[in-house]
Amino acid sequence: MVAPVYRDTDLVLSVESATKAFDGFKAINDLTFYLSDGELRTVIGPNGAGKSTFMDLITGRARPDVGKIIYHRSDGHDFDLTSLKEFQINRMGIARKFQTPSIYSKHTVYENLILSLNRDRGVWKALCYQESAEDREEIESVLNQIRLQDRRYELAGSLSHGQKQWLEIGMLLAQKPRILLVDEPAAGMSDEETERTGELLLSLEGKHSVIVVEHDMVFVRQIARQVTVLHQGSVLKEGTFSQIATDPTVQEVYLGRTKHEAE
Amino acid sequence: MGHYLTSATQLLRLREKCDLGIMALIVAVMIAMPLGNAWFPSESTLHVSGFTLGVWGKYLCYAVLAISLNLLWGYTGLLCLGQCLFFALGGYAFGMYLMLMIGELGSYGSKLPDFMVFLGYEELPIHWRPFYSPIVAIAAAMLVPGLVALIFGTLAFRSRIKGVYFAILTQALTYAAALLFFRNDFTFGGNNGFTDFRFIFGADIRTDATARWLFAASALLLLMVYWLVAWILETKLGKIQRAIRDSENRVRFSGYSTTHFKVFIFVLSAMIAGLAGALYVPQAGIINPSEMWPAKGLDIVVWVAVGGRGTKFGPVIGAIVVNLLKSWTTRAYPESWLIILGALFVVVVLFLPNGLVGWWAQMKSKWNQRASSTPQTDAATA
Repeated sequence: MVAPVYRDTDLVLSVESATKAFDGFKAINDLTFYLSDGELRTVIGPNGAGKSTFMDLITGRARPDVGKIIYHRSDGHDFDLTSLKEFQINRMGIARKFQTPSIYSKHTVYENLILSLNRDRGVWKALCYQESAEDREEIESVLNQIRLQDRRYELAGSLSHGQKQWLEIGMLLAQKPRILLVDEPAAGMSDEETERTGELLLSLEGKHSVIVVEHDMVFVRQIARQVTVLHQGSVLKEGTFSQIATDPTVQEVYLGRTKHEAE
Repeated sequence: MGHYLTSATQLLRLREKCDLGIMALIVAVMIAMPLGNAWFPSESTLHVSGFTLGVWGKYLCYAVLAISLNLLWGYTGLLCLGQCLFFALGGYAFGMYLMLMIGELGSYGSKLPDFMVFLGYEELPIHWRPFYSPIVAIAAAMLVPGLVALIFGTLAFRSRIKGVYFAILTQALTYAAALLFFRNDFTFGGNNGFTDFRFIFGADIRTDATARWLFAASALLLLMVYWLVAWILETKLGKIQRAIRDSENRVRFSGYSTTHFKVFIFVLSAMIAGLAGALYVPQAGIINPSEMWPAKGLDIVVWVAVGGRGTKFGPVIGAIVVNLLKSWTTRAYPESWLIILGALFVVVVLFLPNGLVGWWAQMKSKWNQRASSTPQTDAATA
């Protein structure tokens, strides 16, 4: 636990001067980033800007060499995430969706969601777990949100690519997290599916804090509120979509080739 | 969706009925075999000899061993090439009790086991003393393999060792253990191991009556382990197990410590294998370090693969079919039996990815399709 110096702010996550190097290459370089409660933040950046490593640092998959990553719990306590394991960070309320859909393909859609509920997740509790009416209600509401009510008894492996992406988002929602980290949710989706994914993410605003890492600028324009541009492991610019799109430095490093699109 | 649901539940009920039928048949055979030994005189064709009972009792222990590996490999995705170690440790633990029960009937007429006299021991080593009690021996047959799995599993899974690396490490572990047990000064009989057993629970180990009881105990163990694994698979723990197999990262990022789950399954699997070994040794009449040899570990993998990895029944079928085939080919084709078994394995891996059980299920569903499509075409023409 760290001293509660962030009390009376509406922050939910603070990353302060974090650096992470792999074999001398600084994937994250003195990065500072703040996320407010209920905010929907889009993170963009060219390939190799450190977007995935940034998510790895927050979720405990990698540890920063220097710097702090602090989670501000709603009761005012602050926790340093850099010493915790993935599952401990997850239990604090930080959920992550991977770029390629990672779901349990041999389980049904319904079972995928049961395994994601934020119940006691110890070995013994798993052995004597009984599904309650409350569990069923929660799963029902998630199924509605991700529009997979009709496919609940089908194997997750038989879903289309887009539906798998939604199922994984549903699995995050079933965890009732405070922060969702969503990595390229629209990758490989049709235009219609992409738009529905955007609507789903926008509907989470206010209820959860969401960080979306994305490549597809059409999609970013649809969901963008506050946008953070990463470049060479640091924050290059933060602002609204139009501020970012018209910024000359951003255009130079990232939007250069899509300048016309952006305008 | 309603249609889909009913047909799915119907299919499930059909499968359950079929499974129950097969189970009932196996239970009937398992009851009939010792009765065939007890009731019919040795000249009758219905007589089952004590020798045959012993052989089949061993196969049942192999089936339990195969189930224990399937729990790890089939349902959790952890390929363990050292499952033979846990089996052998269980066998050694119960073998210690059997050695002490020989008493003064050994070749040297000493209270100490023969190999100890031969090696010049004056008195029983301290860790041997509790093994006069069969209860201690049976407990040790579960706890010692469990403890080895706990230590090894915790170290391996905490360091995120998995896949091929885990498989190779388990093979190295059983190899190292075999080398250790080969040493005379390790107090477990060196390369000769334990043999010449006389008594078990006060009864003569070489009589038909003992063979019947050992067979019945093996059958009971198989049923209980089969039921235990089937029950676990229905629980949330069983679902998490398969989720770890299919997408471990997702499980980890859903708030579960996959290390705890994997260690739990590994320890449970080792304890089951140890019990199977404990029942195997009195029926085989011998235990020595060759039971821990890496090739033995590969044998078990072959049984599970041939029967059907990740199916409840596959490992039982695989263990029995492969061992029957082995005992037949070693007699009929003593020079080429290894080639025949090798060819079988290659054929199964190439053409029956889900083993014999998977192939049977495939045949059944094809047959079902044909059966259900015929009346439809009739209706169309009428």
